[in-house]
Amino acid sequence: MIEAIPDLVHHYNHWVSIFLMVCGLYIVVARGNMVKKLVGLTVFQTAVFLLYISAGKILGGTPPIIAEGYEHYANPLPHVLILTAIVVGVATLAVGLGLVVRINEAFGTIEEEEIFERGEQE
Amino acid sequence: MIADHLPALQVVLPLVAATVCAMVDRRHVAYVIALLTSFAMPLIAVALLIQVLDQGVISYAMGGWEPPIGIEYRIDVANAFVLVILSLVAALIMPYAARSVAAEIPENKQAWFYCMYLLCLSGLLGITITGDAFNAFVFLEISSLATYVLIAMGADRRALLAAFQYLVMGTIGATFYVVGVGLLYTMTGTLNFADIAARLQELDIETSRPVLAALAFITVGIGLKVAMFPLHAWLPNAYAGAPSVATAFLAATATKVAVYLLLRYFYTIFGFDVVFVQHPVAQVLLILAVAGMFAGSLIAIFQDNIKRMLAWSSVAQIGYILLGVSLINHTALTGGIVHLFNHALIKGALFFAVGGFALMAGTVRISQLAGIGRTMPVTMAAFVLAGLSLIGVPGTVGFVSKWYLVLGAFEAGMWWVGFLILITSLLAVVYLGRVVEVAFFRDPEGGAAKAIEPPLSMLAPTWILVAACIVFGIDAELTAGTAMQAASVLIEGLR
Amino acid sequence: MRLDVILRVIAKLLLPFTVVFGFYVHFHAETSPGGGFQAGVVIGAGVILYAIIFGLDEAIKIVPVRVVELLVSVGTLIFLGVGIVGWLLGGNYLDYYALPIADPIISQEVGIHLVEIGVLMAVTGAVIAIFYAFAGRGRSR
Repeated sequence: MIEAIPDLVHHYNHWVSIFLMVCGLYIVVARGNMVKKLVGLTVFQTAVFLLYISAGKILGGTPPIIAEGYEHYANPLPHVLILTAIVVGVATLAVGLGLVVRINEAFGTIEEEEIFERGEQE
Repeated sequence: MIADHLPALQVVLPLVAATVCAMVDRRHVAYVIALLTSFAMPLIAVALLIQVLDQGVISYAMGGWEPPIGIEYRIDVANAFVLVILSLVAALIMPYAARSVAAEIPENKQAWFYCMYLLCLSGLLGITITGDAFNAFVFLEISSLATYVLIAMGADRRALLAAFQYLVMGTIGATFYVVGVGLLYTMTGTLNFADIAARLQELDIETSRPVLAALAFITVGIGLKVAMFPLHAWLPNAYAGAPSVATAFLAATATKVAVYLLLRYFYTIFGFDVVFVQHPVAQVLLILAVAGMFAGSLIAIFQDNIKRMLAWSSVAQIGYILLGVSLINHTALTGGIVHLFNHALIKGALFFAVGGFALMAGTVRISQLAGIGRTMPVTMAAFVLAGLSLIGVPGTVGFVSKWYLVLGAFEAGMWWVGFLILITSLLAVVYLGRVVEVAFFRDPEGGAAKAIEPPLSMLAPTWILVAACIVFGIDAELTAGTAMQAASVLIEGLR
Repeated sequence: MRLDVILRVIAKLLLPFTVVFGFYVHFHAETSPGGGFQAGVVIGAGVILYAIIFGLDEAIKIVPVRVVELLVSVGTLIFLGVGIVGWLLGGNYLDYYALPIADPIISQEVGIHLVEIGVLMAVTGAVIAIFYAFAGRGRSR
């Protein structure tokens, strides 16, 4: 049991991303406000970005640009992947917020419960 | 020269067409561009399929960077088959779309509708054709984002809610998928499908938990896109709310591509042994598939909106496809894959007919469609024939898929699964029977009384699909034969 | 808003620097972190700042909606077009080695620069378009 502790602490970056991931998912599930849902979704996505980026980091490494005097640099591939994922995340957030604005115009509220209550009366 | 570049052309052409649509922003020009692009798609896909059947796997290195460094487009019989399904549906849907889109989408948004449709098509084709795990994610998101917009263009304000719900669930699914890919990447250091598979062979998977976690994450993530039973909540609302053309397109294509990706991961990447022999994925899938078949069919019986009814039926049909995967033998997998194709034909035809009702009678509620079979006999006849295929009457494509599934069930020693397939088929008789009863045995009233047949541009694609349902039902040589080859390719894997 | 002299002056002062910094991030991406995407966001943010301080109408006068839409689609087309040029010159899609330049390293550089210009345009356009879409909502035109 005791000997497992260094292993657990050593990969603290994973614990951070797991914590953020679960936080994000919880917000998405627990909140009825659609903007808050989107915030949760973004936190959830960001946690995954962290998972990738921290995996690409090399201790003592520099940014992945070849220059004299620097031999160890971080793995650039995760950065490129996550740049793409960030773009996707931004696009998703924009579409999501756009939908929320239109839902607000159509229903007059962005609380899911209020909308569903009204839906039952219709 | 051009024959060498078909894999890239398949994805790039709709992408370019989509940007041009957005640039010109004129609805007629956009329509012509979308139409021509959609017609070009099956030509490319069929050429690729012939090439693959002829020479084996095609590998195309994007940007000249050889795999596993660069992004590889890799085509074998399995995804060439899916490409053909996608592009055929696309080619049939565009002639159909002209009238339906003109009636359902505001004029200033029509160019954007076609732009989104092309983006969605390009994304779906991209997922199918790529041999790179992260590239698949990017295409997944391209098609998903376009899908959210397509759904939100529905006339009913509830379409917005459906789109938002799908956006939240779809993003969670895609992010789960990325987590899985990230774990695989940290364990293997590569993103190329074939390369991951080769390196996983060298790992001792039993002791490397991240790989198993990746399997779980990817299964759940893609499961959301597939609308696998407990993760299907987004599908009925989305299909019911979207414009008719978008519903027909998505119902016939989107979930199929996700199923293909799942198969790719199960068979090619993680490998048959890891997924099905060492871990009880098949047993879990079997339970979920059967639950989906029953839940979908039962709930479909109680729907008044035909689109929603057919959407629930889609949940059930996805159950059949997953059943084919979960019985883990060659025959059942053939049934699952051939049902990908057959279900695309059937649901395409059914939603085409429903789009006709929506346009000419102005409603898709069963209660308001009384007597529609007398005022729109040609459309309704197409609906009935496609419905018979859905039930699985002999001589139709539905029978072919179910035949293979039942044979596979017996081969796996689970005769009771064959019995369950029979029961859910009877449930399909019930929910489709309701429509037929209302349509033919009640006097026309309301919008249905004044309805006339839709224009030829809509009838022709509908009947082409219906004819395909019958032709491929009687002579299953081509579809089932290709599906059988695809199943062999998947089971043997890339090794 | 009329009276906020400080804000208006600072915003006017900042705008050229923001845009120049955007281009710096863009063109210096070979030797330091940066690139078309980051630069596009910086330039887009400059326009958004201007719109926040001086109002949406003023911003639309400088960068009309149609221009923004064209930026997005033309930028994307440049990206796709570079790929197609690689095709026409006998390489694979997006193959920069196929570009008609003797030194293969330079041809990679040129190819990436062309693609990044497309990315810059598309991202600048997209960021501004998103802002316009939200800020212009609920007004009577």
